[in-house]
Amino acid sequence: MLNRYPLWKYLLILIVCVVGVIYALPNLYPQDPAVQISTTNGSLDSQQLDRVTQALSDDDIQVKSAAMTGNNTALIRLSNAEQQLPARDVVDNLLDNDYTVALNLADSTPSWLTSLSATPMKLGLDLRGGVHFLLEVDMEAAVKQRLEATASAIRADLRDQRIRYRSTDVDDNALHLEFANAEDRDAARAQISQTFNEFQFENRDEGRRAFLDMTLTEQAIKDIQDYAVQQNLTTIRNRVNELGVSEPLVQRQGPSRIVVELPGVQDTAEAKRIVGATANLEFRLEARPDAPDSETETFPFRNDPQRTATLSRDVIITGDRVSSASQGFDQNGRPQVNINLDGTGGSLMNQATRTNIGRNMAVLYIDHSTETRTVTRGGKQVEERIPTTSRSIISLATVQSALSNRFRITGLDSPTEASELALLLRSGSLAAPIYFVQERTIGPSLGAQNIQRGIFSVIVGGLLVIAFMLIRYKAFGVIANAALAVNLVLLIAAMSLLGATLTLPGIAGIVLTLGMAVDANVLIYERIREELRRKTPAQQAIHAGYGRAFTSIVDANLTTLLVAVVLFSIGTGPIKGFAVTLSLGILTSMFTGILVSRALVNLSIGGKPVKKLWI
Amino acid sequence: MRQLDFMGKRRIAFIVSIVLTIVSIAALAILHLNLGLDFTGGTVVELHYAVAPSLDDIRTLLANSGFENFQVQTFGATDEILVRLQQTFDNDVGNQVVSALSSGGAQIDLVRAEFVGAQVGDQLRDQSGLGMLIALAGVAVYVAFRFQYKFALCAIISLGHDVLIVLGLFALFQWEFDLTVLAGIMAVIGYSLNDTIIVYDRIRENIRLSRSDDLAQIFNEAINQTLSRTLATSGTTLLVLFALFFLGGDMIHNFSISLILGIVAGTFSSIYVAAALLIVFKLERQDLIPVKKENVEGEEELP
Repeated sequence: MLNRYPLWKYLLILIVCVVGVIYALPNLYPQDPAVQISTTNGSLDSQQLDRVTQALSDDDIQVKSAAMTGNNTALIRLSNAEQQLPARDVVDNLLDNDYTVALNLADSTPSWLTSLSATPMKLGLDLRGGVHFLLEVDMEAAVKQRLEATASAIRADLRDQRIRYRSTDVDDNALHLEFANAEDRDAARAQISQTFNEFQFENRDEGRRAFLDMTLTEQAIKDIQDYAVQQNLTTIRNRVNELGVSEPLVQRQGPSRIVVELPGVQDTAEAKRIVGATANLEFRLEARPDAPDSETETFPFRNDPQRTATLSRDVIITGDRVSSASQGFDQNGRPQVNINLDGTGGSLMNQATRTNIGRNMAVLYIDHSTETRTVTRGGKQVEERIPTTSRSIISLATVQSALSNRFRITGLDSPTEASELALLLRSGSLAAPIYFVQERTIGPSLGAQNIQRGIFSVIVGGLLVIAFMLIRYKAFGVIANAALAVNLVLLIAAMSLLGATLTLPGIAGIVLTLGMAVDANVLIYERIREELRRKTPAQQAIHAGYGRAFTSIVDANLTTLLVAVVLFSIGTGPIKGFAVTLSLGILTSMFTGILVSRALVNLSIGGKPVKKLWI
Repeated sequence: MRQLDFMGKRRIAFIVSIVLTIVSIAALAILHLNLGLDFTGGTVVELHYAVAPSLDDIRTLLANSGFENFQVQTFGATDEILVRLQQTFDNDVGNQVVSALSSGGAQIDLVRAEFVGAQVGDQLRDQSGLGMLIALAGVAVYVAFRFQYKFALCAIISLGHDVLIVLGLFALFQWEFDLTVLAGIMAVIGYSLNDTIIVYDRIRENIRLSRSDDLAQIFNEAINQTLSRTLATSGTTLLVLFALFFLGGDMIHNFSISLILGIVAGTFSSIYVAAALLIVFKLERQDLIPVKKENVEGEEELP
């Protein structure tokens, strides 16, 4: 008998291999260290770019190439990775605030590969250097903030309807309204219950006092929390983009956590300040002298804590209504922030100011911060978080005329503060406070070292396996090694295609796959040897060897795949990378171990009447 | 080919296994795992010195700068220093450590700084334990479905044996158990299972082919037939793991150790524990040969 595959099988295998080679190829082109310039409201053209390259070469920084990559972005490739940081500083000094200058690693994939959307694998932080944050969104605070906003809306509503209330009070998941009598309460309930249907309403009487308890439904709490995380995700994404980091990752992890990865960033302090900043603004009117205490709040001034002003509890608008903001200077050279409000914000502001010309309006600066400290309670170390919110007035000015959607605020300490506030207003505020629960900073030198060591161990491990197979299985060892090489190519192609991130444990996974990938061939060859010992003719022995080993290979690999999938679902970051490599490696090694090696055997000796096998 | 009498020596193998398991459990209970930052929470700062420093000087400098509860050790080379802090991360502790230490005039680069909140660590610990159990359960279901429940039971016991021994050795030698080691142990589960399945597959095949009722003899043959494969695959895998161990760098040092130990234990257990246990659990021919199938064959032979 002869061992042959139908033509379509050979073609299929060939196509898979060719596709594999094409998509693995981009990884051979090294990435260039680069500086990326982008602008949102300035203009960028090739003349400016020439000016920048000139400045760089004046500073002895070798520029490999500089090109516009879009209307408002340009990429300057450098020859030397160590000059990346100095280059950024040079460019940053040269251009003004409207430009964002970021470190980048630019792909040097040839265009014919890019047109097939073949891209190299992304490198994980442990290989590239950078910062990794894990943030936790404070869910309780998210609910509480929503309750407070609702309370404020209800107060306004009740006043409009001339329904008298005594106080509003917020606790865990509920809002308590107190009324002078039951009639007022019933009127209020009828009024409010239509608008706020995410609450369950209940009447409560204590002596002569009448209360209305509004409790959030489970679903409403879930929605609020979900919204908070989504909103924070968007905000953090905006802020990270403003930071000018190339290829940042901002991703939700689990119900209440957000992962932020900033490759190439070394200044963690700045990154943390911007990502975690919770500053926001509120615009409120100064309280009338005759307003009852329950409707007013007193705040100190930001630059003079001794001075205070009493403001109305009701907020006209918050910083969330800001559509754009930029830093500038007033006539006296003091820093200011120019603000544009969105449509709703503009009309709210207009309404409030039109009817209150002559009164004072305050801009309130709000900063939530948390102190985390570890305390020992009951013999166990517990982390305790003490949230503090500081609110202070940055400006109090008389409303001269009805304001529209454009105005400016002053009273800031420094241009830096003004530009940070502008950034925060632009990117939106956080819907709920966040905490840093995990942080990793990996220096660029460690990253480079990890890549070097990783690649070196892949090479050495691979060579050892190749030598072993050659010694043990002779001619068939050559086939197994060819299959192994195809396996490596396919694995890299699959990882590049899926956009998987290569991490150090991922490289370890590749090395491990190399060791285990030959298993299928070992199983098959041992079977063939067995058959040969029973004096089975050569071709039949090959056929039986491949046939019999098949179930063992599938069973063994499927169970391993199962474990890899579990690992993927519990792991994070680098571990996920390991699980991905392991799973893909199992799949590709099944393909190469069974199909590719068989095709090679069939092609080389399958059609000939061989007497003896070199195995 | 020479036949080795594996099943005849199963008592010795059992004693070895039981002793190792007991030692492992004792080590885990008394010494505990030296859990890494991923699981305990805390802060680690890795520094590179231009000139190898004295550890005592570093300790004094840190203590003078107001740090408490810290450990200082070298990491790989003598000029690579690892500082562990229990205190909660505040903004930029890495740079604080660097500035505290460079006040002594040394040239220092910050290689990496890591901080893990205690809560995250706790959660990860629970999640990891759970993940391992889910993996084992999934494997058991698959093996029970493809083979038979006695096989599943024995496979799980032998996997548990491998995991326990690796964990026990990590506790005994107080090697740091971090997330990469966990990944290594999960890979060991996968690998050892792979080995076990190959042996089981052969056992099943041989039971169906042979008419003998001497199971020990059938097992022996199956193990001998798969032995060269087991050793060849373990061999290649160990080769690459040693490459990782020696060349891969410090960050995956313990990962390689866990895999090397796991593969040695896994190879041993798939030969001895997994197969020999089948005898203890009284596997019978009937467990593998569906009654219906025998009838069909019988009918065919009648005329």
